[in-house]
Amino acid sequence: MKYLSYLTIGIFFGIIMYKSEAASWFRIYEMFQFGSFHMYGIIGSALVLGVIGIQIIKKYKIKAIGSSEMNLHPKKKGITSYLIGGIIFGLGWALAGACPGPMYVLAGAGYFSILVVIASAVLGTFVYGVIKDKLPH
Amino acid sequence: MNLIYDPWPWFIAGPLIALTMFVLLYVGKQFGMSSNLRTICSIGGAAKYSDFFKFDWRAQRWNLVVVVGAVIGGFIASQFMSDNTVKINPEVAQQLSTDYGIESAGEAYLPPELFAAEHLSNPFVLAVLILGGFMVGFGARYAGGCTSGHAISGLSNLQLPSLIAVIGFFIGGLVMIHLIFPLIFS
Repeated sequence: MKYLSYLTIGIFFGIIMYKSEAASWFRIYEMFQFGSFHMYGIIGSALVLGVIGIQIIKKYKIKAIGSSEMNLHPKKKGITSYLIGGIIFGLGWALAGACPGPMYVLAGAGYFSILVVIASAVLGTFVYGVIKDKLPH
Repeated sequence: MNLIYDPWPWFIAGPLIALTMFVLLYVGKQFGMSSNLRTICSIGGAAKYSDFFKFDWRAQRWNLVVVVGAVIGGFIASQFMSDNTVKINPEVAQQLSTDYGIESAGEAYLPPELFAAEHLSNPFVLAVLILGGFMVGFGARYAGGCTSGHAISGLSNLQLPSLIAVIGFFIGGLVMIHLIFPLIFS
């Protein structure tokens, strides 16, 4: 039953990603060319509502289902790993035109070449795990 | 406007993404897609090679179910809710065509020049897909999150590290499109 709700959330998310065209290589390219407000509008409006909602959750101490705490942990402080990791991610995001969520969505839409991107992303994650102690954080 | 068939505008998609995040928070989880890549590594036995993959991945199964849902969502949307074309800014489309020979803007969802299966035998195309994916996976884990974990969840929670990561995402993206694309695509 629980898993059915996660599956539903995933289907909902997949449809949003595809229908908003956030999963399209063209939209990512256009965003980095500042050619349209579309992607900025998506991220920006999600963010405005997200910030307001989380402030409300904190102010009124709203609990998750089963009255447990919401998963709102502060991120570990730092600069280097966020900046360098972020830049590497951005290079890949613009080149492949897909970030991790849309990758799965595109696989479902039948773009089989995206499986190469997903497999490479798994490999990238693996290599990070192996060499992480040698990287500046 | 046909809500089922036409592309959804930003003011519908953005709030629905926020809703996705709140629903996940409400069921006691969080919105983050790239952590699944780490989970997949652990399931594949990566713990033998690094302690980074030694964690209770069974506790992350819920997120893999979200991924399965996203795959199904992509199938439903592409089969029944879309004509699978993306109309971008005509000037950008023109530039893609003149400078890089990518002429499918407005006619496809992804450029077949890069994503048609028959081009997988082209070493350049294959390198683009492999390098792009690799950097997404490596960078997301190095930065501790991707667009969903940092740009939506982290920034919504006013986390400075997430702001730094998102600034990094845009530095990387702008460098790729404005400095590296002209070198590799023309």
